[in-house]
Amino acid sequence: MTYLRFDGPETTLTFAAKVARINWFLMLLLVALALIGMVMLYSASGGSFSPYADRHGIRFAVSLVLLLGLALIDIRIWMALAYPIYAVALVLLFGVEFFGATAMGAQRWLDLGPVRLQPSEIMKLALVLGLARYLHGAGEIKKLQSLIIPVFMIGVPFFLILTQPDLGTSILVGAIGVLMVFLAGLSWRVILAGAIASAIGLPLFLRFGLKEYQWRRVQTFLNPESDPLGSGYHILQSKIALGSGGLDGKGFLNGSQSNLNFLPEKQTDFIFTMIGEEFGFLGSIGVLSLFILVTMVGFYIAIKSRSIFGRMVAGGITTMFCLYVLVNVGMVVGLLPVVGVPLPLISYGGTVMLAVMIGFAMVMNVHIHRYSELPIGRSLFL
Amino acid sequence: MMRDEDSRTRFTRRAIMLGGGGLLGFVGLTSRLYQLQILEAKKYQGLSEENQFNFRLLVPSRGKILDHKGRVLASNVENFRILLRPDQVNDLDALLLRLSQVMTLSPEREAQIRKEFTKRAKASTIEIVDHMDWKTFARVNLWLPELPGIQPEAGEVRTYPAGNELAHIIGYVGAVPPDYPNKSEPLLRHQGFRIGRTGMERKFDLALRGKAGALKFEVNAVGRVIRELPDIRTKAKAGKDIKLSVDLELQSVAAKALAGTSGAACVLDLANGEVRALVSTPSFDPNKFAKGISNEDYQALLGDEFNPLFNKAIGGAFPPASCFKPVVAMAAMDAGLADPKERIHCSGKIELGDRVFHCWRRKGHGNVNLNGAIGVSCDIYFYELAKRLGIDRIHDAALKFGFGKLFDLDLGGGSSGLVPTQAWKRARFDLPWAQGETLIAGIGQGYLSATPLQLAIMTARIATGRKIVPTLVHQEGSSVDTIEPLGFSDAALDVAKQGMSSVVNKPWATAYTPNGLDGEGMLWAGKTGTGQVRRISQAERDDIVLKNKDLPWELRDHALFVGFAPLDKPQFAISVVVEHGGGGSSTAAPVARQILRFALQQNEKLVAIQNSKKQTL
Repeated sequence: MTYLRFDGPETTLTFAAKVARINWFLMLLLVALALIGMVMLYSASGGSFSPYADRHGIRFAVSLVLLLGLALIDIRIWMALAYPIYAVALVLLFGVEFFGATAMGAQRWLDLGPVRLQPSEIMKLALVLGLARYLHGAGEIKKLQSLIIPVFMIGVPFFLILTQPDLGTSILVGAIGVLMVFLAGLSWRVILAGAIASAIGLPLFLRFGLKEYQWRRVQTFLNPESDPLGSGYHILQSKIALGSGGLDGKGFLNGSQSNLNFLPEKQTDFIFTMIGEEFGFLGSIGVLSLFILVTMVGFYIAIKSRSIFGRMVAGGITTMFCLYVLVNVGMVVGLLPVVGVPLPLISYGGTVMLAVMIGFAMVMNVHIHRYSELPIGRSLFL
Repeated sequence: MMRDEDSRTRFTRRAIMLGGGGLLGFVGLTSRLYQLQILEAKKYQGLSEENQFNFRLLVPSRGKILDHKGRVLASNVENFRILLRPDQVNDLDALLLRLSQVMTLSPEREAQIRKEFTKRAKASTIEIVDHMDWKTFARVNLWLPELPGIQPEAGEVRTYPAGNELAHIIGYVGAVPPDYPNKSEPLLRHQGFRIGRTGMERKFDLALRGKAGALKFEVNAVGRVIRELPDIRTKAKAGKDIKLSVDLELQSVAAKALAGTSGAACVLDLANGEVRALVSTPSFDPNKFAKGISNEDYQALLGDEFNPLFNKAIGGAFPPASCFKPVVAMAAMDAGLADPKERIHCSGKIELGDRVFHCWRRKGHGNVNLNGAIGVSCDIYFYELAKRLGIDRIHDAALKFGFGKLFDLDLGGGSSGLVPTQAWKRARFDLPWAQGETLIAGIGQGYLSATPLQLAIMTARIATGRKIVPTLVHQEGSSVDTIEPLGFSDAALDVAKQGMSSVVNKPWATAYTPNGLDGEGMLWAGKTGTGQVRRISQAERDDIVLKNKDLPWELRDHALFVGFAPLDKPQFAISVVVEHGGGGSSTAAPVARQILRFALQQNEKLVAIQNSKKQTL
């Protein structure tokens, strides 16, 4: 690890100083959301801690410790590891392409003995890190040539995930990357050109680039009532659950829709419907407000960071988080097609919990190191 | 440093824009939630309720149909069956494997289930087995949690123990047709619910049906019952039993007597007009319809040239032929145009204008009086009476006996037959009435037609002198004395009755039975008839009239017989028609005699039992 040498102007923070800089408000928000998740999972299993709520809690506790640990690591180490991490994630994605386990018609997992890895989840984080690292070095991205590398950094994982096939994640990965480039100051002319290109390309892609089941989902989204017991079932049942919750909900554990199994995947992607059914409109907007607060804190941290790497990391992770929430809730309320995106910190699922918490570890890291000056260099590792 | 500041403010600007975009997204979500949870909450609450609770209909037990002595003609048997709900099956192979461990399933049946599974619409159900024994049914129920998509059902199926012998009267139950009125009624929409489709099952359907009960219970998404809500349970009310006038045993005897023919028979109880037997052959098995007849079987019934689905007793219109002669005699008597003592010479033929009308007996009957003319069924005598009466007077008399009027006993598919008049012919063919046609009508041929039931009514009215109206419903305590008189003089009635007595009791007549009806000298009465199907040409007549057995079936004469017994105190009237059966005396009379004899024996027993009951009381 000889490349881990730091030179240039820097302030090496003491451990105590780092702990003092931890953003406890953000921590509080994360804990609150995870607790809400536990409460809803308790209800999802019909008023029982097992099998969801207890494991959710344990996972959150473990990843909270991990978060603190990772947040305290010097940001320059993260910056130094950004490219290697990206490379590893890319290799894993290729691995899943060739050796991945097939589950439910899609190759998403990599079976590494005891661990089942979902490289696309790792890629989301790795992309944020890698892009941040590149944008940190690139400085101005006024010239079109400076876009070539980001296009590949985003494009390659995008297509790899798309062919798994996992349309939802690939669109998320692509969107995160593009929005990061936007944050970095992409010129409006390029944005306009891109917007026009995608306005032409998207319909073509939707028609010819989608697998049968993906196209069906899009169609179902456009008209869910056409097939209430088939593909439209999720959306319709979800809307019924939300709508029947009314203003203040049916009460904790009283969500008939969810408890009678009308809602499929209620503990994962559709958990927001349970919130809406049991706690009503007030409960839904309460939870949404927490998510808005997290997003605001995230962007605040990004803005306050002195280094471009820090800004891009915090901005990217926050964007990712915000997109997750918007897409998940948008899908549950029937505004977006069902794409299989979980609700961060609330949905049941180990990989997602880990990814989100590592993401916030990096946001926290940026916050702690907000005053660190990082050298601008084009070298691969520094 | 300046550049750094620049990029920093730009980032801040962009971050605020992005954050603003995110916020906009949240605003969108919130307004959507407002729409769903506040504005449309009512609608979704209703849908949620529907999801959560299911009403299960408790199907009432259908009422029984009984004969006049209370014997069962239609009832229900418990039917344990298991159904497959294709929409709830994920893995058919695994399911069938598991099922075969619980119960025996033949490879053929399994193959058929697979075939239906791929073919059927997902929402329908496939019947795996019906009429299971209780033990197997209970075992399937026990393992139900491991058999997703299997639905056990303990229902009832209609059964008709008498099978085809009563099919035309009782009818059968079947699925609710799509155009049925009040189709919205839950019971009618219940899967597998059957309504009366024909016969008495249809007529008394509402009474037989009973009232459905309901059971409310909570279900989950796969339809599994979570719990019952006992407060909402209402019991089903079984349908009422219906008592018909028919006699199970007599009906069976009549059906057996006519077995192998295409024909009909009808027995009326002269005490009250109740129909004791109403047979139409060949018949069909209503049990097949109740279970759901296969298309193959149904097509076979439709294709049968003897028309088993058609009730010939009320729907078949045949020329009454010589059976009509007593009516002509009575009409002539009361018109003062006949005298029992008057003799008319029968030479075998009479001429009217340029046409020659023959008697069935080519060499003639010589001088015959009215009684003899009925006894030997002399055509010439009745040509003469018809000529005197004219068609319109014959028509008026015929109507009094029930001809030309629809009697279908509410079974549907009845015919009113036809009694022609001059006006009818003009309207129908735009041709004037020919006098020859009056003569033909006088011997019950030509345009005249009647159903076997109408012939029985005619006979009943002659026997009682009252306007007997047939009914299929048993009524306690009804009596013939309250029935309106027929409107013919006693003299006319006497001529008809004595004439009909001669037919069976006199050695010289057409249907003589040497030792009376019962073989012990019981006097009775009857009239034969041979309905001509083809026109016999002069050339054929000159040569030799073909015997019926030498003709193809559809060209043979119809064999008819009407009668009543006993002569002095008539208890039963009967009519028998054998389609293309040949001569009335040779084919129809023995059948009628056999049935009537059984009816009387039975009645004697019944009377004896009633008497002994009265004595013990």
